[in-house]
Amino acid sequence: MTDTQGSSPTRRSLIGWGGAGLALGAAAAGGAVAMTRTGDDVVPAGADTGAAVDFHGVNQAGIATPVQDRLHFAAFDVTTTDRAEFVQVLKAWTEAARRMTAGKAVGEGAFGGLAEAPPDDTGEALGLKPSRLTLTIGFGPSLFKKFDLAGRRPDALVDLPTFAGDALDAARSNGDLCVQACADDPQVAVHAIRNLARIGMGKVVIRWSQLGFGKTSSTTPDAQTPRNLMGFKDGTRNIAGTETDRLKKFVWVGEKDGPDWMTGGSYLVARRIRMHIETWDRTSLQEQEDIFGRDKGEGAPVGKAKERDEPFLKAMKPDAHVRLAHPDSNHGTTILRRGYSFTDGTDGLGRLEAGLFFLAYQRDVREGFIRVQRNLATDALNEYIQHVGSAVFAVPPGVRDKDDWWGRTLFSKEA
Amino acid sequence: MRAARLSVVTAVTAVTALAAVTGCTSKSDAKDGDRVIGVTATDSTCVTSKKEISAGHLELAIENKGSKVTEVYILFPDDRIVSERENIGPGTKQRVTAEVKAGDYRIACKPGMKGTGIRQNLKVTGGSVAERDPRLDKAVAAYREYAQEQADATLPLVATFVKAIQAGNLEAAKAAYAPSRIGWERTEPVAESFGDIDPKVDVRADGLEAGQTWTGWHRLEKALWQDKKITATEKTLAGQLTTDLTDWQKRVGKAEITPTSMANGAKELLDEVATGKVTGEEERYSHTDLIDFKANVEGAQKSYELLKPVAQENDAALVTDLDKQFAALNTLLDKYRPNTSSYAFTSYDKVGAAGRKELSDAVNALAEPLSKLAAAVAK
Repeated sequence: MTDTQGSSPTRRSLIGWGGAGLALGAAAAGGAVAMTRTGDDVVPAGADTGAAVDFHGVNQAGIATPVQDRLHFAAFDVTTTDRAEFVQVLKAWTEAARRMTAGKAVGEGAFGGLAEAPPDDTGEALGLKPSRLTLTIGFGPSLFKKFDLAGRRPDALVDLPTFAGDALDAARSNGDLCVQACADDPQVAVHAIRNLARIGMGKVVIRWSQLGFGKTSSTTPDAQTPRNLMGFKDGTRNIAGTETDRLKKFVWVGEKDGPDWMTGGSYLVARRIRMHIETWDRTSLQEQEDIFGRDKGEGAPVGKAKERDEPFLKAMKPDAHVRLAHPDSNHGTTILRRGYSFTDGTDGLGRLEAGLFFLAYQRDVREGFIRVQRNLATDALNEYIQHVGSAVFAVPPGVRDKDDWWGRTLFSKEA
Repeated sequence: MRAARLSVVTAVTAVTALAAVTGCTSKSDAKDGDRVIGVTATDSTCVTSKKEISAGHLELAIENKGSKVTEVYILFPDDRIVSERENIGPGTKQRVTAEVKAGDYRIACKPGMKGTGIRQNLKVTGGSVAERDPRLDKAVAAYREYAQEQADATLPLVATFVKAIQAGNLEAAKAAYAPSRIGWERTEPVAESFGDIDPKVDVRADGLEAGQTWTGWHRLEKALWQDKKITATEKTLAGQLTTDLTDWQKRVGKAEITPTSMANGAKELLDEVATGKVTGEEERYSHTDLIDFKANVEGAQKSYELLKPVAQENDAALVTDLDKQFAALNTLLDKYRPNTSSYAFTSYDKVGAAGRKELSDAVNALAEPLSKLAAAVAK
């Protein structure tokens, strides 16, 4: 009665049978509107919010892409010292990302394989739509100290200076690389990060991560502007995914910006901004509106009627947030924001551990985030917020086609 | 250590039981002489009257012509016991029956009831048999032997521990505690396959079910390190530990082991480390977690090394990775012991958060590829 003898049903065949049942259930649940995750081929997607976003392109998806509802962001430390091994991780990640963003399971799938071995895919996204999942990779300054990469570190990827009021926690800061997973379904975003972490185990290890909900800025300005946890509309003047000229000017790294491997890429600043929610909530409406420089209901700038009316900055208080953050106060510069709200329970003092996980993409960090953030040193909002985590990443160009992989332009010898 | 756990080993048992051949020692049936195999045992020989028989019921007619007490076994190629008879005295006769399917078996006599025995091949014919790679049978047999050796070596160490407790010698008992657990920790997946023994000897306070009496190593650990006293209760519990572990030692050879359960058992040992040792929960009073940790890794490595020739053929990259990760983890562990030939490790309460994180990362780095070993041997 070992497995070498007899021909009664094996565990594998029993599991396989159970798996077929699951697959049927998944197909029925997903219907024909959008493809659902299976180990096999996919049903073509419909054009709803559950659809798939193309993984391939000149730029990485997840930057100018319309902002999805949910975020799982993870920063990793690279633990291997073997360049080839790390490149293998990047290639395996690319393949997994290609599958997951298309709504497919990782590798051979979550069921139906060998009964005695763990499945390739963890399975919690089975039956869910692609949910506009995008996966975006970035390389931190510390990575360039490894694998003889020091000479390839872009000048624009500076270490962020210390800003007034920062209270940065090293355990929530920095990282050799990051992956931003955005999706309309949180389970899809979490599934993606979890599976990438699993694939990279032993070579990379998660340093910190952040879950986000309720996008706090939009790259689709025709849609309703979302609100942050302070209750204010956020991102009225954000760069839209359709604004090719502004994207080119402020977001995408150009051919002459250098280095070559970054052409078509961008730079990401991630900041965990804690909000002192309780004190904010007992601040008078007038003061709240003064601090932002917009009204709370409509979102109109001071003295104006509609949200999108051109703001008259001098009508705002000198320390109003919108006034200080506006391009006109910053030599015309702007950044593309796609931040998310977060609440991570309470902080032990009965206060909400909550705030804004700020994500900004720009062509040059010095002209983008650093310039604006320095100007915000006198921001009246600073009384109610504190930056507690910080990281900066070089986000390489997009994965061109099925033979391309994340980071090829940086790591490939011939590139 | 978790009483409710269904180990892979037991899971495999449950499934393969669908195709089970039952060993039994009743004296019924087998009236047909063709179904009887004579076994003549002496102190140095084991002569069988048949080398081949068709599948079905068979009976061994054993005669011990030697001067020592002997045992006779029918074994699968991987040394799992189909049927056995112990304590066959000199000059006596015994009968053993079994139901066997087609395949290769061994009949073994163990004069003095020790060692691996003197063996004879027995071919059972008829029906179609899915052959398992003979290298895997050898691996399982070697692992079974290893598990038995660990159990055999554990009992004297447990005896030292138990004696110290029964003598009321607190310091001697503390010194003997961790060494008495090493053999168990090396073979924990096999040990856990006996679901009734594990909760008696290795359960922690938080693993107890309502109404369950706390017995075993960790109960004694608490007495020695936290309560710092040995009472009559501890002396009784120490005796119980000996009884329960003797039961384990006797049953190890009958554990259900397959190549994939060996592979998954290796991974389970790392899981034990990841969930119990790295957190310091396992040895919360004695802080001897790193000793268990090392033993778990050694047990996993033993299992892996035995399966490696086949895994190498099926997934060379995996083997390269596993070799590297085992080496890395062992190197890291060596940082916590001054002498690599000793099991004196740093007390785990002295290992800081950064050190624990580093250990945890190394365990994950090994356990993840180790989880692919079963697939590599089952291909």
